[in-house]
Amino acid sequence: MPEASQLRAEQPTGLYTLVYLKFVRNRVALVGLFCLALLLLAILFAPQVTPYDPIGKDTPARNQPPSLTHPFGTDKLGRDILSRVLYGGRVSLQVGFLSIALAVAVSGPLGLVAGFFGGLLDNAIMRIMDLILAFPGLILAIWLVSLLGANIGNVILAIAFFSLPTFSRLIRGITLSIREMEYVMAARSMGAGSLRIMFYHILPGVLGPLIVLTTLGVSGAIVAGASLSFLGLGVRPPTPEWGAMLADGRNYLRTQWWIAVFPGMTITLVVLILNIIGDALRDALDPNVRA
Amino acid sequence: MSQYILRRIAIAFPLILAVTTVVFVMLRVALPGDPAQIMAGDRASPEQIEIIRRKLGYDRPVLEQYLIFLRNFAGGDLGRSVKFREPVIGVIAKAFPFTATLTLLSVTVGTTIGLGIGILTAVYQRTWVDNLGIVLTVFFFSIPTFWLGLMLILIFSVGLRILPVQGAGTWRHFVLPVATLAVGQSALIARLTRSSMIEVLSADYVRTARAKGLARRRVLVRHALRNTLIPVTTVVGLSVGGLLGGAVITESIFGLPGVGRLAIDAISNRDYPMIQGAVILVAASFVFVNLIVDIIYAFIDPRIRYA
Repeated sequence: MPEASQLRAEQPTGLYTLVYLKFVRNRVALVGLFCLALLLLAILFAPQVTPYDPIGKDTPARNQPPSLTHPFGTDKLGRDILSRVLYGGRVSLQVGFLSIALAVAVSGPLGLVAGFFGGLLDNAIMRIMDLILAFPGLILAIWLVSLLGANIGNVILAIAFFSLPTFSRLIRGITLSIREMEYVMAARSMGAGSLRIMFYHILPGVLGPLIVLTTLGVSGAIVAGASLSFLGLGVRPPTPEWGAMLADGRNYLRTQWWIAVFPGMTITLVVLILNIIGDALRDALDPNVRA
Repeated sequence: MSQYILRRIAIAFPLILAVTTVVFVMLRVALPGDPAQIMAGDRASPEQIEIIRRKLGYDRPVLEQYLIFLRNFAGGDLGRSVKFREPVIGVIAKAFPFTATLTLLSVTVGTTIGLGIGILTAVYQRTWVDNLGIVLTVFFFSIPTFWLGLMLILIFSVGLRILPVQGAGTWRHFVLPVATLAVGQSALIARLTRSSMIEVLSADYVRTARAKGLARRRVLVRHALRNTLIPVTTVVGLSVGGLLGGAVITESIFGLPGVGRLAIDAISNRDYPMIQGAVILVAASFVFVNLIVDIIYAFIDPRIRYA
């Protein structure tokens, strides 16, 4: 029996197990993850969490400061701010996740192909990315949305578009370095084709840093989406959305501060948590950082 | 080194040309429907639309339009604003100083504070100073510009009544907008400076410098800080892009008559020549700033100077 347990102890621990163990030891990130999960659940089950309609007017209850019945207060139409924050989260989070999902889906293959094959193809793809990078991100998004029309679909497209270079550059860079590894050469000498090498040997190496960048990217995309709505380029009223709620609340800062304070606090909280998780993941993946 | 600088300048020009081309193509391709129709508005008669189309040259072949556009651009002509009925370049020229001042002040203030925090947290690694710095910077990094701006107004203008809410008359009008943008900038720079400095501090040449008896301060400033600045400089250049985007929001919140606000107003007025001009100008300034950064780079990094 002692031999058996000794054998088990000598089993190699996989990279992702190590990363997981290191991440779990980061208490702040765990608490953040827990809070984020709670908030996501509240947003998902908003109709069950809050009894108030986020859009319907309730004139007698208008302009109420935060209280037990309305923890975040009500706006000039008597709408419960907490309900609007929860329902608004659906739009804001959709923008954040969908735009980055789209960016990863497009830049993933682009970066892999550019890094793996190199040459003219690499040059063409990366010069296009340089060109996109020449525009300040938000300015490019504002310009695109103003051309395509102000709605959430176009906001997602615009944010995905200006995120492309960041992701494809990262993926290309890692692909370039992995391509030269001996295990890739070994795979090739055993007859593996390019596609097989890209999927089974390079992609797993790209995944770690990509997850970190995706986490930080989603938080950036949520802010960008809310910024566009704040400028009037996203949702149309009365649809609740965090940026649009802030734009509404800025007119009532003197008298009804709660209209602008709570939606902004929620965005900041979500972005903060995502950034903390992203940082923790990066530390967990970095062999130079001690747990 | 002069060869390096010339090469950088040689790259910047085609990039600005490509940027203007993209803007031109997007206005003609991405815009659903007829630009003349959109600019004229819903109630315009076919004759009015035709006049606008001819005035903007949309009745000519696209390639010819492009060449005319390029020729005009080279001569500093970005077209006429539909709303102001004067050349776009003139309107933007009046607004540009506000945006430039806002961005420049925010970069300077934010970077200075960020460097300070970054160096402190790196030097006092794994102490309470470091922990406090990490908490502060991740928080500052996460606050969205538009909310921070509103909260600063709520605290300093509505609550304490010590700073003006809107306008651009005096230096006091710039305090809150600059603070709004500088907070995020300082967090970005602090985080980068910290990690870069920690890496440098564990380098062999820093140990050598300490071992040969140099004073701690001298090692920090002459050996560590100089090498820390190399990656930081690049990010300062790139961060100007984010600040220019942030300036749009900040100008809109604080009522500063800059290029960003001009662009947002132009969007609601469907003043496409104006939006186009603003986008080109902002993108060109961004390319220009990064050209300057590349040149500064040559001065601080001897590997480039002697390469």
